[in-house]
Amino acid sequence: MSLDLDMAEIHAIFFEESAEGVDVMESGLLNLTPENTDIETINNIFRAAHSMKGGAATFGFLNISSFTHGVETILDEMRSGQRDATEEVIEVLLASVDCIRDMLAASQNQTEADQGNIDSVQQKIDALLNNKAPAGIKSQPVKKPVSASSAVPSRGWKIHYAPESNIFKTGNEPKRLLRELAAMGDMSIVSSLGDDADFDSMDPESCYTSWDIELRGDIEKAAVVDVFEWVSNQSEIRIEALQKEDADVPENKLAESTEQTDAPSAQVVAAPKQAATQSAPKDSGSIRVSIDKIDMLLNLVGELVITQSMLARFGDKENAGGDAQGLRDGLLVLERHTRELQESAMQIRMLPIGASFSRFKRLVRDMSTKLGKKVELKLSGENTELDKTVLEKMSDPLVHLVRNSLDHGIEMPADRIAAGKPETGVLHLSAYHEGGNIVIKVSDDGAGLNRSKILQKAIERGIVAAGEVLSDDQINNLIFQPGFSTADQVSDLSGRGVGMDVVRRNILDLGGRIDLQSTLGQGSTLKIRLPLTLAILDGQLVRVGDQVYIFSLLSIVETVLVSKGQISKVVGTGNVYRLRDDYIPVIRLHEAFNMSSETLFSDSEEKKGELLVVVESDGKKMGLFVDELMEQQQVVIKSLEENYLPVKGLAGATILGDGNVALIIDVPGLVHSIDMRQLENAPQSSAA
Amino acid sequence: MSTENLQLSPADMLHADTNQYLTFMLNGEEYGVEILRVQGIQGWDTVTPIPSSPSYVLGVMNLRGAIVPIIDLRKRFAMQSIEFGPTTVIIVVRVENADKARTIGMVVDAVSEVYRVDEQTVQAMPDFGGNVRADFIKGLSTVDDKMLILLDIDKLLTIKDVTVAAA
Repeated sequence: MSLDLDMAEIHAIFFEESAEGVDVMESGLLNLTPENTDIETINNIFRAAHSMKGGAATFGFLNISSFTHGVETILDEMRSGQRDATEEVIEVLLASVDCIRDMLAASQNQTEADQGNIDSVQQKIDALLNNKAPAGIKSQPVKKPVSASSAVPSRGWKIHYAPESNIFKTGNEPKRLLRELAAMGDMSIVSSLGDDADFDSMDPESCYTSWDIELRGDIEKAAVVDVFEWVSNQSEIRIEALQKEDADVPENKLAESTEQTDAPSAQVVAAPKQAATQSAPKDSGSIRVSIDKIDMLLNLVGELVITQSMLARFGDKENAGGDAQGLRDGLLVLERHTRELQESAMQIRMLPIGASFSRFKRLVRDMSTKLGKKVELKLSGENTELDKTVLEKMSDPLVHLVRNSLDHGIEMPADRIAAGKPETGVLHLSAYHEGGNIVIKVSDDGAGLNRSKILQKAIERGIVAAGEVLSDDQINNLIFQPGFSTADQVSDLSGRGVGMDVVRRNILDLGGRIDLQSTLGQGSTLKIRLPLTLAILDGQLVRVGDQVYIFSLLSIVETVLVSKGQISKVVGTGNVYRLRDDYIPVIRLHEAFNMSSETLFSDSEEKKGELLVVVESDGKKMGLFVDELMEQQQVVIKSLEENYLPVKGLAGATILGDGNVALIIDVPGLVHSIDMRQLENAPQSSAA
Repeated sequence: MSTENLQLSPADMLHADTNQYLTFMLNGEEYGVEILRVQGIQGWDTVTPIPSSPSYVLGVMNLRGAIVPIIDLRKRFAMQSIEFGPTTVIIVVRVENADKARTIGMVVDAVSEVYRVDEQTVQAMPDFGGNVRADFIKGLSTVDDKMLILLDIDKLLTIKDVTVAAA
C-alpha cells in the first residue's frame, strides 16, 4: 500500500465531510437573522467551522484552515455574546462560506480558487475582527463589491423578481432569496400570480408567483445582484433605483434604468452544483460501495438463479423419483450460494474499524511533531467490525478525542521525565466487543484531568455555582459541556471546548455512551460504548436442554469432557473445576439464568460426563456446562432492548435458520458476575 | 348501542370521539385494545424463554426479523393458565412507555370482533377496594349489551415490574 494511495483516500473523506460541513454552516447562517439569534444555531455553525478547520489543518490545506480560523473566531465571539449577529456579520459569513466551498472544490479538483474574491472576503473578516464593536459602524471602506456590476448606493431598490415556473426543481428557494433581501434593510413585498396561471391546471411543483419588492436602506446594488446570483439565468429580474416618492406606486413595471442582472459566467456555471447540494437531504443515508462488491453480489444472485432452475427440475419429475443424489447436490449448492450471498450482503454494511484507525497514524505523527511531543500510537482490535453508518459517524468524534489526548493529555517530554514517566507517551486506540456493545477506547498515559482546574473554570464560566460540591464523576462530566475548555491558549489544534460536546452528542445520536476515567498524573481513558444493532458475530451454537444458545467463538478457550467427580464444591460459592493448574468456577446456565431445570439434564448424560465450555474474558476463565456443541456460524446480533429490556448475561439474540430465536451469551458479563459473587463470598476460591 | 347513537348519521360516526377497538376473549371476558395500536395477529408458535424475566413474559419470538417479547395475558392478569388451543393467538401491539415505543405480543384465548366505541360512553373502572389490579384497565364500555373491558396496553410491560422480577 503506497502512502499516496492512502492519502488520496483520506483526502476524499475529508472533502466529503467538509462539503457536509459547509452545507450545515450555510443552512445555519440562512436561519440566522438579527432578530432571531438562536444560540444553538450559532453553536451548530461554529462546530461545523471548527471541524472543517481542524480537518483542513491536518491534511495540509493551510489556506482553508487559516481562512476558516477567522470565520471561526467571529462565530466564537457571536456565541459568547461579544458580537451581535448583525446583517453585515451574517453576510460576511455567508460570503466566506462560499469562499470555503470554492477553496474546497479547487483543492479537490486541483484547480485555482477565485483568489480575488477570497481576498476581498478575507479583508471583510479582518475588518470585522479588528472592529470589536461593529454595531452602527459600516465597513464601507473595505467592502469591495464581489460581483462585477456595481452602482452608487441609493435610498433603496425596487426589484421585480419573476422566477421561471420550474424554479423549485432546480433546488432554488425563492423564500430564501427574499429572506436574504429582508436581512439587508426595510422591505415590503407585493406578490402576484402570473397571467398564465389558471387555478384548475396548476402544477403544485411549479412556481406561478412573481414578486415586486421595495427594499429601503443604504444598500449597494452589487449586494442585491448577489442575492439573485444563483437564479439569474432562470428568472426575470429587474432592479431599479427607488425614487423618493416611489414608495407607494404599486405597479413596478416602469422601464427606467432597467437592467437585466448579468452574473459572472463562472458563477452561473456553479449554479446547478449549488442546486444539487441544496436539494440533497441532509443525511441521505447512502453508502458508497465498491463496484467489486456489487459485482460479486450480482454474480452470486446469478448463480442462485441457475441453482434454482436446477432444483426446479426435480419439481417437474417429482413422481419419477430416483434422482435423490441430484437433489441433494442441488441443495448443497443452494446452501453454499445462500451463505455466500448473505455474507457478501452483510459485507456491504460492515467494515473493520481498522480503516478508521489507520488515519490516526498520520494525525498523531503530524500533531506530535507540531507540539514537540513524543507519542507512540498503539492500535488494537482493528478487525472489530462496525456498521458502516456507525463507523462514519464515529470518525469525527474519534478525531476530536485523539487530538484532545495529544494536546491536553500527553505532556511535553521534559515534563514526562520530571514526572518519572518514559519520555514517549502512549496513545492507545482499541476496539472490542463487550456485553452486547462495541467498545472503542481512547486512552493515554498523560497528565490526566486536573479536576480542581476544571471546577475553577466551570465556576468562572458560570456552569457551576461557586461553593457547589461535585463528585469526581460530575467534575469529569463537565468537560462534555458546550463551550467548556481549560486550555489557556486557543490554538488551531484544540482548546475552544467544542470537541467533547460534539463527541458526546454524536455518540448519543448513535444510541451509545461515553465514560471518562482519569487519574491525575497517570492518564485518561475514554470509553465509548456503541450498541451492536447490526454487528455480526462468529458464533458457536450450543444446546442446553431444549434451548439453543450462542457463544462468541472468540470467547471460547476450549471444550473439555468432564466427569462428575472432577467438579469440587466450594462452600458458599458453587463449583470449581481443575483445569490443568487452575481452578476455574463452573456454572450451569440454567442456574445463572434462574430458569427451571426440569427439562435440562437427563441422568444418562450426567453419567457419561458432561461437556464443559471454557470461556475467557478479561483474562479470567470460567466453565459453562452445555449438553451439545452444535455448528458454528455467523449470526446477526439483534438487540433485545429494542422491544424488551437489556437482560443480564445476554448480549442479544439472533434468528436461526429455522426462524426461531436463539439467545447470545454475554461472556464478559457472566464472568464479571461470577467474579463479584466470589468476591463477596469466598475471595480465595482458587486455593480450594 | 344506545338509541342516541342510532340516530347519528354515518358521518357523525366518524367523529373524533369514537375509536375502533379490536376485542379478544380472555377467560370468558371480552377485552378491547385500540385498533390503531394493533400491528398484526398471528398464531401461537414456540418462543425462546428469556432468563431472569417475570413469569408472564413467555419469551421472545422472531417477528419478521425483529425480536419481540411475548407476554401471557392470563398470567399478567393473574388468571388461571390454560393449555393453548387452536384459537389461541398472539396479538402484536405497539406500546409506548415514558422512555420509548416497543412492539410486544400478547397471548389471548381468541380474537373476537372490531367495534366502534364512543369514548364518551366509556366508564371508569368501579372501585374494587384494592384487591384487584385496575392499572391496565382504561375503562368499561357497553356494545350490543355486552360489557367490553378496554385495556391500557401501555402499562402491560412496565419497567418497574420487569426489573423487580429480574433482581
